[in-house]
Amino acid sequence: MKQGSSVALKVMAGAGFVFLYAPIIALIVYSFNESKLVTVWGGWSLKWYVELFRNEQIMSAAWVSLKIAFISATMASILGTLAGFVLSRMRKFAGKAMLTGWVTAPLVMPEVITGLSLLLLFVSLENMFGWPAGRGVTTIVIAHTTFCLAYVAVVVQSRLASLDETLEEAAMDLGAKPTSLFFLITLPLIAPAIISGWLLSFTLSLDDLVIASFVSGPGNSTLPMVIFSKVRLGVTPEVNALATLMIVTVSIAVIAAIVIMHRQNRFKDANK
Amino acid sequence: MSAFPNTSTVQTQSVPTWRQKDAKPFVQIEQITKQFGQFTAVNSVSLDIYRNELFCLLGGSGSGKSTLLRMLAGFEEPTSGRILIDGVDMTGIPPWERPVNMMFQSYALFPHLSVEANVAFGLKREGLKSAEVNKRVAEILGMVQLGHLAKRKPHMLSGGQRQRVALARSLVKRPKLLLLDEPLGALDKKLREETQFELMRLQDELGITFIVVTHDQEEAMTLATRIGVMNNGDIVQTAEPHEVYEYPQNRFVAEFIGNVNLFDGTVIDDERDTTSMRSADIDGLLQVDHGISCAPNQDVSVAIRPEKIRISREPIDLEVNATTGVISDVAYMGSQSIFKVRLNSGKEIRITQPNVSREMGNRLTWEDRVFLSWDADSCVVLVA
Repeated sequence: MKQGSSVALKVMAGAGFVFLYAPIIALIVYSFNESKLVTVWGGWSLKWYVELFRNEQIMSAAWVSLKIAFISATMASILGTLAGFVLSRMRKFAGKAMLTGWVTAPLVMPEVITGLSLLLLFVSLENMFGWPAGRGVTTIVIAHTTFCLAYVAVVVQSRLASLDETLEEAAMDLGAKPTSLFFLITLPLIAPAIISGWLLSFTLSLDDLVIASFVSGPGNSTLPMVIFSKVRLGVTPEVNALATLMIVTVSIAVIAAIVIMHRQNRFKDANK
Repeated sequence: MSAFPNTSTVQTQSVPTWRQKDAKPFVQIEQITKQFGQFTAVNSVSLDIYRNELFCLLGGSGSGKSTLLRMLAGFEEPTSGRILIDGVDMTGIPPWERPVNMMFQSYALFPHLSVEANVAFGLKREGLKSAEVNKRVAEILGMVQLGHLAKRKPHMLSGGQRQRVALARSLVKRPKLLLLDEPLGALDKKLREETQFELMRLQDELGITFIVVTHDQEEAMTLATRIGVMNNGDIVQTAEPHEVYEYPQNRFVAEFIGNVNLFDGTVIDDERDTTSMRSADIDGLLQVDHGISCAPNQDVSVAIRPEKIRISREPIDLEVNATTGVISDVAYMGSQSIFKVRLNSGKEIRITQPNVSREMGNRLTWEDRVFLSWDADSCVVLVA
């Protein structure tokens, strides 16, 4: 009976994994395809990777994307940490419930709406103050920071909630003023959460197509935008190669985030 | 030991400070009240604690003892009243500026810092030179016998070792006052006993005033110079350990500390050196060897500790402080035995007897008819 159920479980899990990952594996395999036709197998080759790196349009879009992902992940980590800290450590203040709502709203907001509303904001700001002048890297960074901030805030807040508050009391008792308390005790203890929040933000920003499409300007296409426009004209094996590289990058970031979150649990038993 | 200037030697022979009339208290708690919303955690508590005392706040959960301790450390501001430490009003002074350190129940060791860095944390905040910091850290770690573990992280230590790191960390700043929140709570029984004596030794050597919060009466009895028993936010009695045990001031203290038999009675005669009471619980009269100056026919409770009652099969010829009953239960505990005796009135009382003899033959046992008696100076009359 027990044997049977465990076999059934394995079959179900296997089916689930096949369903999730078979398309990705097919894509990776076809990125090494010699043939010019995406659907016809013509033997192994690295030719499309070489082509990819020669393609100026894709390379410059990749650079733009990485730059945007790096800056917005960093800004989101700083602002998100502050938001998470305020939400979990400050005593009740007027508007706290509203702040909680505001910080977490981008998690559930449809991207189309976020993108459209940000576009409207940027256009009217430009009309009124002349800033931001046009749309480009700056506007995409601002847009990505706003929605990535929500993820960092949630991760940091949950870490702070599980953090023993007596640690902070002990530090104060030993003479630490609030600033040194934050930098010497609180920050090192929530650092894993901040780092994994950063990695999460980085991948979210790298993957985003919808919001970036709304708020980017001419000549500042991000990688997902270039891929999307290419695919509309027909899939080339080059795109498979690019997608494979992106999958590898994102997987590394996500796995690193998981590993870091896991390692922080190591410390949790220290005072039990 | 050079790290701690021996400010004063502990006076064990002379009269304790708290019994001297003109002694100046070191910690003055003046009508402290703490409310959390509608709930009153500490209710107008006043308390004086003297230098070099090891004062125990003893009470059950929710008695307000921890809240009182947190107000001393500065983590909670009192709703009303004030606290003076060494004559200085602590109102509005944040925790990091108080001459007080605390040892937390959970130890609250910083998990990302080594043992050494944990202990050094407080000294570095004072801006001491690193040579001085290292010297004092090494000294205190030697004192709690942890010098060899200085580089370890807290999660690599056993419970007893963590407890000693926490103690070292709270002592290294040489506070005027050390607060200990259930310091032995997380240790097993054997380790607890060792640590109790360790704590007393350190307190003796360092001459720091200790305030210990505990729910464990045995711990309070062994450690304390004086005990403050708390119930529902009030201090119900403040006295030396033997006084709390032998002369409880009210029913709560009598029942909370140790075991006790309580007889309900009515005063029939209240003289200067003797008081007699009638009780439906026992056969004869109850008598104590002092006056209690109360109204005639006052209803009182008389408390007698289980070990102060004599138990025997031989009839005794006594009119007062004596009764008869039948043994309803016996528990052999090795060094002593506990008897439960059902009196003629139906009331069941508890008696403990040391097992002086090794022989089992003539022992009192189930259903034995026994005669009980006690001395007039062994019982306490409780009006409240």
